[in-house]
Amino acid sequence: MYRYDEFDERFVRERVAQFRDQVQRRIDGALTEEEFRPLRLQNGLYLQLHAYMLRIAVPYGVLSSRQLRALATIADRYDRGYGHFTTRQNLQFNWPKLRDAPDILELLADVQMHTIQTSGNCIRNTTADQFAGVAADEIEDPRPVAELIRQWSSLHPEFAFLPRKFKIAVNGATEDRAVLKAHDVAVRIIRHAETGETGYQILAGGGLGRTPMIGKIVVDFAPKGHLLSHLEAVMRVYNAQGRRDNKYKARIKILVHEIGLPEFKARIAAELEAEGPSFRQEEVDELARIATFFARKEYETLAPHSRPYERARAANRDFAQWADTALFAHKADGYAIVTVSLKPIGGPPGDMTSDQMRAFADLADRYSLGELRVSHAQNLVLPHVKKDDLFALWRALGEHGLSTANVGLITDIIACPGLDYCALATARSIPIAQAIAQRFADPARQHDIGPLNIKISGCINACGHHHVGHIGILGLEKSGRESYQITLGGDASWNAAIGELLGPGLTADETPAAIERLVDFYLAHRLSGETFIETVKRLGAGAFKGAFAGVSRHEAA
Amino acid sequence: MKLLDRNGLKADVYRRMSEGQFDGPGIVSLAELADGAQPAAGKLGLAIENTANVRDVERHFDSVTLIVIHFPSFGDGRGFTLARRLRRAGFGGTLRASGPLIPDQFAFALACGFDEVELPEGQIERQPVEQWRGALTAFSAPYQQGYRRPRTILEERRRNAPEAAR
Repeated sequence: MYRYDEFDERFVRERVAQFRDQVQRRIDGALTEEEFRPLRLQNGLYLQLHAYMLRIAVPYGVLSSRQLRALATIADRYDRGYGHFTTRQNLQFNWPKLRDAPDILELLADVQMHTIQTSGNCIRNTTADQFAGVAADEIEDPRPVAELIRQWSSLHPEFAFLPRKFKIAVNGATEDRAVLKAHDVAVRIIRHAETGETGYQILAGGGLGRTPMIGKIVVDFAPKGHLLSHLEAVMRVYNAQGRRDNKYKARIKILVHEIGLPEFKARIAAELEAEGPSFRQEEVDELARIATFFARKEYETLAPHSRPYERARAANRDFAQWADTALFAHKADGYAIVTVSLKPIGGPPGDMTSDQMRAFADLADRYSLGELRVSHAQNLVLPHVKKDDLFALWRALGEHGLSTANVGLITDIIACPGLDYCALATARSIPIAQAIAQRFADPARQHDIGPLNIKISGCINACGHHHVGHIGILGLEKSGRESYQITLGGDASWNAAIGELLGPGLTADETPAAIERLVDFYLAHRLSGETFIETVKRLGAGAFKGAFAGVSRHEAA
Repeated sequence: MKLLDRNGLKADVYRRMSEGQFDGPGIVSLAELADGAQPAAGKLGLAIENTANVRDVERHFDSVTLIVIHFPSFGDGRGFTLARRLRRAGFGGTLRASGPLIPDQFAFALACGFDEVELPEGQIERQPVEQWRGALTAFSAPYQQGYRRPRTILEERRRNAPEAAR
């Protein structure tokens, strides 16, 4: 993985010193609360419902075991012994104190981590495919590009005070595991149809929130060395012309929507032309330097099939069930990518205790070359596991409550923190996720239902990605009561789609039963081998409305 | 109003012509310029909003020595992009940011092409000039190239790289 050189190191240390000084100036009164606010936010510090929340950047979702141990230490020393992994591959602590924040940043800097731009109206932490560099379906490892963007976007002088937050994702595989079309800007590494050279396709204007939009292709193909000039052109058009009169209309998706795709593309083209040649040798050089950190690991030469793994599968049904959900094809023979669920039945999605972090760090050292990943679905990944070791790993994970066999299944629910933590929330999310998970706790039933993504947001800002959930749940507040709107048919893949609203809102108590009715309808009507989302797409969301209506009695009353 | 550049506080030789008769260099708006406003003597400054079109401004590059970009609030970053575009279009005179910027934005402003910042009444008392100068040395080097920026991390890396890797 990437390691800071002396310049990255110095930069992050200087950032800590700067924030320490900013906190001091706030205390002295040199900075007003209004002036301090964006500075605090751009260091990842939010004021939440009960306390401050500190959001730590996990650039493109890559962590080392050493870094995870440092996070465990921070959780114990400055928080309540746990952390929360987010849909942007970051980690949040929910109970730090403002006066401790500079010291926490110092501890993070010791392990080459930071909180830079994890909040605020600036370019946020860049996300990427959690299987980057190891997936069998990869065209090119997206991590060097993501790291290049991390550096380029860190304290960019022109783009630190944008109309609104700005999220960038990068993917280099044929399958989109980074939800590209839900991002302000997405970079897709592709092979040119004619020449075969790899380059960048750029999308813009995607986003969820109260006005969900699917990202559109704004640059068909930018060759290598031309990426940052194209990104700057997009950013410059947005910074100059994005709306600032209404924060709910300030994202780039609104600009693209209001002026239309052809006009947006024309403005990018005009910006590029005014700037002159878009090729930058320093981009090529820097990318080459970064890429050396992500060179292919020294894997052992192994047979593609592992006899110990096959034997363990045959002997242990629970293990086989876990393996069916947790494993993904690795580039190297005899290795597997393992996704570890942070969604135990009844637990808050994405939470991890400090003890689990330390145990997991040890397992990463023992079985995965000391490396792990965070997925946007709030799970962790061990990217380099020998198939021969899978059974031992599964048993060890089980000792720490980390072997839930539900990755990609109905209880692998994405949920925002909701009203339990968040100042913006209008309803609870975590308890809804817990109630649904409990209803579908039976592993055999989950496996029978198959792949199904439920995504829950506790307010219209859609941090839980509900719009692109196969089943989306949006928690609102109606005349003092929580009300949950259910959408169907959302899709977070390259075939991205926004879910369709099924009907009037439900109470928290009614929601799990409504989900069950939808699932039962699917089970009754699916064709052989058809997944939930395939059945929804074949029949249309409307076909499910009858099943849904059965539970919305209170609305009729 | 207080004016400062990278060296600290400086005297403002310009006056807004809308504020009355003045013998020295004057600042006018685009509309006033179109109406033929001219200072009685000396240099001419042009004050623009952060939404101004580069093409409308660049026609005057030869006749103005100062361009003042208005920042309605410190959180409105449009002025940074406009400054960048004016420099790109070839403006070589003095570029001034006028509005309630904060010290933590000073380096950004200079990197985007500004020379000086004009602060509203009272702000420099709260944020003394040492804080503005200190903000310029908070970072040894940035990742991005900027206007007349001496060095970037990428350049330092290149200098540091072994001969063979160059």
